[in-house]
Amino acid sequence: MAVKKKRKGPVVENEIITLTNVSKAYSTGAPALKDVNLHISRGEFVFIVGDSGSGKSTLIKLLLRELTVSSGYINVMGYDLSRIKHRKIPKFRRNLGIVFQDFRLLKDRNVYENVAFAQRIIQKSNKEIKKNVPSILAIVGLAGKYKAKPRQLSGGEQQRVALARALVNQPTILLADEPTGNLDPKNSWEIMKLLEQINENGTTVIVVTHNREIVNAMQKRVITLRRGVIISDEEKGGYIDED
Amino acid sequence: MRINTFFYTLKQGFRNIFRNKLFSLASIATIAACLFLFGIFYAVVANFQHIVKNAEEGVSVWVFFDEGIEDVRIQQIGDMIAKRPEVAKMDFISAEEAWESFRDEYLGEYGDGFTENPLENSANYQVYLNDVSMQSALVTYLESIEGVRMVNRSELVATTLTGVNALIAYVSVGIIAILLAVSIFLISNTVAIGISVRKEEINIMKYIGATDFFVRSPFVVEGIMIGLIGAAMPLGFIYAIYNVVLTYVTDRFPQLSSLLSFVAVEEVFNVLVPVSLGLGVGIGFLGSIVTVRRHLRV
Repeated sequence: MAVKKKRKGPVVENEIITLTNVSKAYSTGAPALKDVNLHISRGEFVFIVGDSGSGKSTLIKLLLRELTVSSGYINVMGYDLSRIKHRKIPKFRRNLGIVFQDFRLLKDRNVYENVAFAQRIIQKSNKEIKKNVPSILAIVGLAGKYKAKPRQLSGGEQQRVALARALVNQPTILLADEPTGNLDPKNSWEIMKLLEQINENGTTVIVVTHNREIVNAMQKRVITLRRGVIISDEEKGGYIDED
Repeated sequence: MRINTFFYTLKQGFRNIFRNKLFSLASIATIAACLFLFGIFYAVVANFQHIVKNAEEGVSVWVFFDEGIEDVRIQQIGDMIAKRPEVAKMDFISAEEAWESFRDEYLGEYGDGFTENPLENSANYQVYLNDVSMQSALVTYLESIEGVRMVNRSELVATTLTGVNALIAYVSVGIIAILLAVSIFLISNTVAIGISVRKEEINIMKYIGATDFFVRSPFVVEGIMIGLIGAAMPLGFIYAIYNVVLTYVTDRFPQLSSLLSFVAVEEVFNVLVPVSLGLGVGIGFLGSIVTVRRHLRV
């Protein structure tokens, strides 16, 4: 399939993520990403779509600096991830919020403690935690369930807790890896509305998804990956099926 | 580090112990057993060395002088000997004292028949050593002094005591090294299991931006607490056992009391408590730090 529209041109001033000729090959030699160029600006809402094995997860892992590039240059919020020192990675990650398909909540702790956990990690004081956690729980609509354990919540509610945990440290970028993958359509839409609301408040949101309906309906920028290559990057795009 | 982060780390360390109850208990029990053996061993060694030391103190070297030597020279030789670092104390025994002692011990009333001192040339210095292993060197020195006719010593006692001391030292180091290695291995295993149980949580921490220190420190706290608990537990047992054994031996074998003198329990514990607790903390720290460094690259 031909590339529909490729974003090119100079690096804009408020660019928050830049990938230049990024390739990633695993130890087996199989390329996961091939010569990827990508620019995302501050405050954007971006969908990254593609089938299994297209390189979406590798891209997210590169943005989190869980993996390093095999070649090329990757810059996130001014951090050169190709060269960043190990001891600076925690500080870098504090600017990112991450939400997973399987929620990844701590099962032995209640909603409040799950969210407070993120604040404790960045060494916020108890006073700040007591102020910030209820406030973020109110935003995701879980103020009344702060004592509940994850097993007592529905899938949608668990994803809201994960979202609250990702947001409580006020990240610049929110990465959501298949956030609706385990949810029914109603809960999926509620989560997407929350993500849109978060984006409207200034956070850059990047959502990796397989959900065609949501991608097509939301009319956001859509980057489509296939076999490690960006085949499409549209401003108000839709889901492209593999031929 | 913020104060609430410090307490959070401590709390997580304790939680790790309880989350991982069985392995924590196994580690505590093994360290307790190891340090119990260490404590018993130390108490035995301390007493044995005390007894050996007492025996050593009784080992002396006799220095005899040339015939017709002047008193001034004897005094000079005495001063030279007294300056030697290996000399603990020395007594001068005149020819008259030597004869009296011999007569009283071996001849009794038969000694009255002697009108002159048959041990006229037996004035001597009786020299006691700090460390019996230095006897040979001292004797060589003494024999080189002008005016010294002969030096008597007990080679067998000195060699035996030196050998026993060295054996105790080697066996102690060997056994303690083995016990320490076993304990470190066990703590390391417990912490490794704790890390694998908490893999999910550690991954989340990593994504949120936890530093290496923040992720690792609860595991180090866990290791130190296990080591500390494991070290503290046997101290009470050893205290009780020591007193019981001491009372039993003293009551049951009163004839040994003149030969053997035991170290007071307080004296043993003055050393054993800090050393055991220090070992516990050290084992815990080492076992956990090695494991987190190997398994927790954040």
